[in-house]
Amino acid sequence: MDLTLVAQGLLNGLLGGGVYSLMAVGLTLIFGVMRVVNVAHGDMMVWGMYLAWLLATRLSVDPYLGFVVCAAALFVLGWLVQRGLVDRVVEAPHETQILLMLGVGLVLENLALMVFGPDPQRVRSPLAQATLWLGPVFVDLARLVTFGLALGLTLALYLFLTRTGLGRAMRATADNAYGALVVGTDVRRVYAAAFGIGAACVGAAGALVSPILPFQPSGGLAASVTSFNIVIIGGMGSFGGAFVGGLLVSVAESLGAIFLAPAMKELVSFSLLIAILLFRPAGLFGRRA
Amino acid sequence: MPRRGWIVLVGLAVLIALPALLGSYLVTVFILVFFYGYLGQAWNILAGYGGQLSAGHAAFLGVGAYTATLLAMHAGLSPWLGMFAGAGAAGLLGALIGALAFRFGVRGFYFVLLTVGFAEVCRIVALNTDAVGGALGLYITFTGDPRQLQFRDNRAYYYVALGLMVLATAVTGLVERSRLGTYLRALREDEDAAEALGVDTFRVKLLAIVLSAALTGLGGAFYANYLFSLQPNAVFGIPLSVDIIIRPVVGGAGTIWGPLLGSLILSPLAELSRTYFASGGLAGTHLVVYGFLLIAVVLLLPRGAYPELVRLWGRMTAKGR
Amino acid sequence: MALLEIDGVAKRFGGIRAVAGASLAVERGEIVGLIGPNGAGKTTLFHLASGFLRPDAGEIRFAGRPTTGLRPHELCQRGLTRTFQIVKPFQGLTVLENVRVGALARARGFAEATARARETLAFVGFEARANVVARGLTLADRKRLELARALATEPSLLLLDEVMAGLTETETERTIELVRQINARGIAILLIEHVMRAVMALSRRIVALNEGEVIAVGSPEAIARHPGVVAAYLGDADEEARPPGAGRTLDA
Repeated sequence: MDLTLVAQGLLNGLLGGGVYSLMAVGLTLIFGVMRVVNVAHGDMMVWGMYLAWLLATRLSVDPYLGFVVCAAALFVLGWLVQRGLVDRVVEAPHETQILLMLGVGLVLENLALMVFGPDPQRVRSPLAQATLWLGPVFVDLARLVTFGLALGLTLALYLFLTRTGLGRAMRATADNAYGALVVGTDVRRVYAAAFGIGAACVGAAGALVSPILPFQPSGGLAASVTSFNIVIIGGMGSFGGAFVGGLLVSVAESLGAIFLAPAMKELVSFSLLIAILLFRPAGLFGRRA
Repeated sequence: MPRRGWIVLVGLAVLIALPALLGSYLVTVFILVFFYGYLGQAWNILAGYGGQLSAGHAAFLGVGAYTATLLAMHAGLSPWLGMFAGAGAAGLLGALIGALAFRFGVRGFYFVLLTVGFAEVCRIVALNTDAVGGALGLYITFTGDPRQLQFRDNRAYYYVALGLMVLATAVTGLVERSRLGTYLRALREDEDAAEALGVDTFRVKLLAIVLSAALTGLGGAFYANYLFSLQPNAVFGIPLSVDIIIRPVVGGAGTIWGPLLGSLILSPLAELSRTYFASGGLAGTHLVVYGFLLIAVVLLLPRGAYPELVRLWGRMTAKGR
Repeated sequence: MALLEIDGVAKRFGGIRAVAGASLAVERGEIVGLIGPNGAGKTTLFHLASGFLRPDAGEIRFAGRPTTGLRPHELCQRGLTRTFQIVKPFQGLTVLENVRVGALARARGFAEATARARETLAFVGFEARANVVARGLTLADRKRLELARALATEPSLLLLDEVMAGLTETETERTIELVRQINARGIAILLIEHVMRAVMALSRRIVALNEGEVIAVGSPEAIARHPGVVAAYLGDADEEARPPGAGRTLDA
C-alpha cells in the first residue's frame, strides 16, 4: 500500500471537507430552525456553480471573489423561496413540505438545464494552475484556497449564530419556536433569514468548488445526497455535527476513491446513505430529528 | 352506489370504443395516459393511502422490466408470463426495502431518501453489470409477435395499457374497501393511535409496499416491449420516479380516481411538450412545468384535483336545491 | 390473580427517573383511579402498560401473562386498549370510519366491523355524527370519539388518559355516566384523571403517584385524607416547574 497515496488522499479529503462542511451546515441550519428539509439543496448549489461560471466567463470575475455575489444571490433566492412558498407549509405534514421542495428542485435543475445546457462546465481560475509541494504530497493551490475560504465562511456563520442578535434568535427558534414567539421574536423573519443563509452557504460552496470540479445541471441530486448523508451522520440540526461530519465524509470518500473503482464511489455513497438511514445514530453530537 | 357503478361502466365502454375514432397520435397519447395512470395507481396504494412517500418507484418498474426481458432473451419465456416473474421480482425488492425500513422505523423524509437510495443503487448496479447490458442496456428486437407482447398495431398496445390501468384501479378499489385499506389510512393519519387500536403497523405497511411494488413491476414487460429498449438511467432514474409521483399528487393521492385524473391532465401535456421541445436546448422544459405544477398543487390544492372537484360539485349541486 | 399487574416497574429517560419501582393491580371489572401531580409518571405508566415503552426493570402481567416485548397492537388483541392524553383522531376519516378501525380488531369481516362500529356509536350516543370528518369535531366530541374507538376494540381493560380534561360541567357529567355504563358491561378501567370529582365518583380504589413512586393506595375517602397525597398536590402548586422529560409525547 502506497503510503504517499494514502497521505495524499487524506490531505485532499480534508481539504474537500471544507466545502462539504459548508454545504452541510447550511442544510442543518434550515432544518434546525424550521424543521424543513431543503430537498432542493443540491440544486441550489448547482446554481451557485453556474453563477460563478457566468461571473467568470462574462465579467471575468474570479470565482474566489465572485463567491460573495453567488452567496448573496442565493441568499435572496432562499429568502424568497421561504417567504413565498415554504412559509405556507411550515405547519403542514412533512409529505407536503417534501413535495413542495421537490417541485422547487425540479424547477431549479431544469431551468439550469434549459439555460446552460446539459454538458459539464468548468471554471478557469488563475489560482487553479499552481501547486504547492509539502514533502511527498502536493496541494492544489485552488483546493487550499477553497478550503480556507469555506472554513472562513463556516467560522463567520458560527460567529453570527453565537454573537449577533439575529443569530441568537435563530438558535432560540431552533430550540423552541413557540417560546421564541412568546418572547417576541419575529419568527417568520428568522425563518426567512435561516433559509436565506442556508442557501447562501450552499451557493458559496458551489462557487468555491467550481474551479476544482466540473459541474452540470443534473449534479444537484448527488450534491443533495452528500449533504443529507453528512447532516444525518452529524445529527440533524447540529452545527458541530455538520461541520465534523463534512470533514469525515470527505476524507472517507477520498480514501475510498483510492481503493475502489470510480463507479463504485457512487455505489458506496448511496449504500452509505441507506445504512445511515437504517441505523440512524443520534448524530455525533446528539439530537435526533 | 349503483349510479357510480354505471358511470364507471359507461366510461369504460367509451374507452374501449375510442381507438376506432382516434388517429394514431392520439392513441399514443392515451397509451401514455393509461400507462402512467396505472403506475400512479400502484404508487398510490403505498404513498397515497398508506402515506409512505416513495421517490424510487422506478426501481420496481425497472426490476420488472429487466426480469421479464432477460427471461425472454435467455429462456425464451413469453413476456405474457414473464411479466408475472417481473412482478414477483419487484415484490421481493419491495419486501426487502419494507422489511428494512419499517423494522428500523424509517419514516417521513428518511423513508423518501431510503427509496431514492435503493433506486439509485439499482441504477448503478445495472449500469455497471455487463450481464444485463451495462450502460447500453438491453435492446428488444421488434418482431410484432403478439405472443411476445408486441403488436404492429398501436391500438393493441392501447388495450394492454388500458387493461393495466383497469387492473390497478380494481385492486385499489378492493384495497379501499378492505381491512388493509382501512388500516393503511389509519396509520397514515396516526401510527401510534393505529397501533393502540390493534393495527400491526409493520405488517400492514409491508403488505402495502409489496403490493405496490409487485403491481408496478407487472408493467415492466409492457414497458420493455413498447419502447424496445431498456436503459438503466431511463428506467431506474429519478426522472421516471418523478413522472410516476407527480400525476397522482396533482390528481389526488389517496383517492381512487386521483391518479387517473392526474394522468389525464399531465400525460398529454408531457407528450405535447416533448414533441414541441424535443429538439434544441429546450429539453427539460416539461420538467420545469412539472416543478411549477407541483408547487402550485401543493400550495393551492393540497389534496389534489379530484377531491377539489368533488367538493366543487358538492357545492354546485347543493346550491341547485 | 388480577387482570393487570404492574410489579416494581421502573423507567428512566436519560437522567430522569420517570417511574421508580411502581406497583399496582387492577382486578377484573373494577375501576381504579390513578392520580398524582404533573410529572408524577402516570402517562409513562400507561405507555409501559400498553407496550409503547419497555420497562427498565420490573414486570407487567396482563391476564396472567407477562407483557414484556409485546407491541401495543398485540396487547390490544389480548384485550388491553388505551386512549391518549392528547387525543389522536384519524383526522381525515369520518367518525364511523374512526370507530371501525377499532372494531376491526375483533370483527371477522368488514361488514361485521361496520355494524359493531355503529353499535358502539349508538352506545356512546354519537350516531348523529357518524359521517362527520374527525377534523371538524370539537374537543369534547374528539374525546368521545377517542373513547368510542377504544371501546370498539372490545377490551377487557381500558386505560383512559384524562378523558375529562377540558370538558364543561355537563360534558363531564355525561362522561362520568358513560364510563359507569362501560364498566357495567364488565370492562375494567384504569383511569388517569385530574378532575377529582370524576375520580372520586368512579373509582373503587385510587392509586396515588408522585415522582414515579406509588405513595398511597386506598378507597377514595382514605386517599382524600392521606397526608402524603395532599402534600404532593400542594407541593405541585408551589413549584411550577415540571421535571423535563416527564409526560413527554411519543414522537421524540
